[in-house]
Amino acid sequence: MESKKLSIINHPLSITKVDQVGISDRVSRITKRSVKNEAKIYGLKMALSMIDLTTLEGADTVNKVKQLCYKGMHLHDSYGDLPTVAAICVYPNFVGLAKEQLKGSGINVASVATAFPSGNSSLEVKITDTKMAIDAGADEVDMVISRGKFHQGEYNYVFDEIAKIKEVCGKHARLKTILETGELGSLDNVRKASDIAMYAGSDFIKTSTGKISPAATLPVTLVMLEAIKDYYYETGIQIGMKPAGGISNAKLALQYLMLVKETLGDKWLTNEWFRFGASSLANDVLMQLEKQRTGNYQSKDYFSKD
Amino acid sequence: MSENKINLKSAWDLAPSLESTSLINLKKQYELFIGGKWVKPSSNKYFDTNNPATEEKLASIANANAKDVDLAVKAARKAYDTTWSKLSGKERGKYIYRIARIMQERAKELAVVETLDGGKPIRESRDIDIPLAANHFFYYAGWADKLEYAFPNRNPKSLGVAGQITPWNFPLLMAAWKIAPALACGNTVVLKPAETTSLTTLLLAEICEQAGLPDGVVNIVTGAGDTGAEIVNHDGIDKIAFTGSTGVGKIIQKAIAGTDKKATLELGGKAANIVFEDAPLDQAVEGIINGIFFNQGHVCCAGSRLLVQESVYEVVLRKLKDRMESLILGNPLDKNTDIGAINSKEQLDTINHYIKLGKEEGAEIYQPEGKLEKKGYWCKPTLFTGVAQSNRIVQEEIFGPVLAIQTFRTIEEAITKANNTPYGLSAGVWTDKGSKIFNMTSQLRAGIVWANTFNKFDATSPFGGYKESGFGREGGLHGLEAYLSFEN
Repeated sequence: MESKKLSIINHPLSITKVDQVGISDRVSRITKRSVKNEAKIYGLKMALSMIDLTTLEGADTVNKVKQLCYKGMHLHDSYGDLPTVAAICVYPNFVGLAKEQLKGSGINVASVATAFPSGNSSLEVKITDTKMAIDAGADEVDMVISRGKFHQGEYNYVFDEIAKIKEVCGKHARLKTILETGELGSLDNVRKASDIAMYAGSDFIKTSTGKISPAATLPVTLVMLEAIKDYYYETGIQIGMKPAGGISNAKLALQYLMLVKETLGDKWLTNEWFRFGASSLANDVLMQLEKQRTGNYQSKDYFSKD
Repeated sequence: MSENKINLKSAWDLAPSLESTSLINLKKQYELFIGGKWVKPSSNKYFDTNNPATEEKLASIANANAKDVDLAVKAARKAYDTTWSKLSGKERGKYIYRIARIMQERAKELAVVETLDGGKPIRESRDIDIPLAANHFFYYAGWADKLEYAFPNRNPKSLGVAGQITPWNFPLLMAAWKIAPALACGNTVVLKPAETTSLTTLLLAEICEQAGLPDGVVNIVTGAGDTGAEIVNHDGIDKIAFTGSTGVGKIIQKAIAGTDKKATLELGGKAANIVFEDAPLDQAVEGIINGIFFNQGHVCCAGSRLLVQESVYEVVLRKLKDRMESLILGNPLDKNTDIGAINSKEQLDTINHYIKLGKEEGAEIYQPEGKLEKKGYWCKPTLFTGVAQSNRIVQEEIFGPVLAIQTFRTIEEAITKANNTPYGLSAGVWTDKGSKIFNMTSQLRAGIVWANTFNKFDATSPFGGYKESGFGREGGLHGLEAYLSFEN
């Protein structure tokens, strides 16, 4: 771990600055891309396959999780030929249930951990939380960074914590690290947190818990994608990206995918390397797919809400 | 640095997304717009205007000779004497506002025609050229009744008839830059658009008609260089406003020497875009791209020389090449096109000449992969590395998508290299450090210095050059001054 820490400090891009106006310009240029017809269908299906269908509520029940798992496997059976979602994302206590429901479907179970969503707890508790998820069979762990420590400038603490959780995940689960960018205050900080998370061993970096606003935004995602690109050039290690929260319509999802296409390219345009953390995106994408197929928009009531 | 290449070519191809041409209604033949009427050229000669993306003819354009220009200048003089100079600023402002509003109403049509005639991507004509042109009319309409406040105690007076010659790179926008302040200040206008791109200026003449602008206030004469010369040399012209090459600018200045014609010349450039190691590099790369590939590099203030601090040279070059992979070159009418067609065969030849020259000079060339259409005039975005100040591709304006890249070590070296050019139109500085920006802007001899951005234009901001890039300012409060005399 020591050498990795040093590599951040010595890393030529550790001073990487981000210009907010420039980022907005680039984003607005990408979002003006016109995605039509077959390209739209291709993009929409890709978006569906990248969804981490999520329920992270205090009111979650066994039945709610069961329904969600079924929905993940059967997005809209009347359409035929649709992908399944990438993963079902739940709290640790539902991992076992979800795992069982999804058996044989190829859909992963992702579990939030480390005192999600605030991350305000001791390392011991966070480790226990993570172990609980892993022991129940989680394929992916979505941890949160300690934003308080980050703002205090205790970057080593943040780094070590991620590295420790990664150690707990070991070969059992891929680690997605939530930066909670809505609490970081600036794009410079988003970049810094991204670098820390990647060098500490995260397999994915993720924008948000979905519990605070703003959650994922296009500018923040672009900054993180550029960090991933620099890291890839530097180390040869591919890191995944997951914007989460607030991505509830198909048009926005396509704009996110266009950011990926123009920043990182095809290698990242699969659900192995890109995910949407979303609870309501799927239905809007399905509605658009039906519109492409039939030429008409259908009522929301034709799509199942689970 | 490891050899992991990012590949931006994607299986997810964007389907063609062509802007509809159903809104436009081009005539087969365009006459001259003189004294509020559409007049046949006295020679009865016409020339073709073509779509540079397809080489297909769009329309016939009247070729104005000395007699036609004389007619236009006389019409402008009459309008000046009898109506326009007699109107209050408030009334003039109303007409100019009306033009601006009709431009907005017809924005989509203007954008499509601009793209068809000039080859620029519809994204640019739709989002930049046309809205900015309308903005100039809106902005100067506001000044029309406030000239006394713009220049307190200086008694501003209109000049008379302005002869204006615009280039082919931003046809409608340049016409707006010139006509709007001239009218706001109480002058009348004889304007000649560049011969390869007359159409939107002729549509602007239609808009003037639609706005009920008094006859003769705006006159449009079409033709090539000799028509322009007739305007420059006409005795009835009080002021020349020219945007174009430094070569022609010099001819104009010689021609009007000894006369009392006022002039503003907005000429060539070879701007340095300077990237420091502490710059936001990804956004700097975006700025480099916008600086040189905007409008196929047909931009007088294009950032055609890139100066990168040595310590980040490799990284910047890598990022730049990656970014170039995602640029889409093709049909200018496609909403996803980033780089359109070169404006004319002649210009393509010039650019290719310089690319050949760069190779002969021993510079290393980089162009992204991909095939070009056989029909039409196309040039790939091009980088040259391994060049010095003594390379001609570093010294001379190419006016195409060709970027010459050099490195520097210290601020002094950057400033020396940036200023070591006969031109002085624009420059760009990229750094996260505010004090460095102010240090640079005070030492760079350029009319416009952008900090952490490039090729940003606004009606309120003056634009113009130093040295061989010309003199006088267009835009903003300064732009009024060029169309006024100050008597006590």
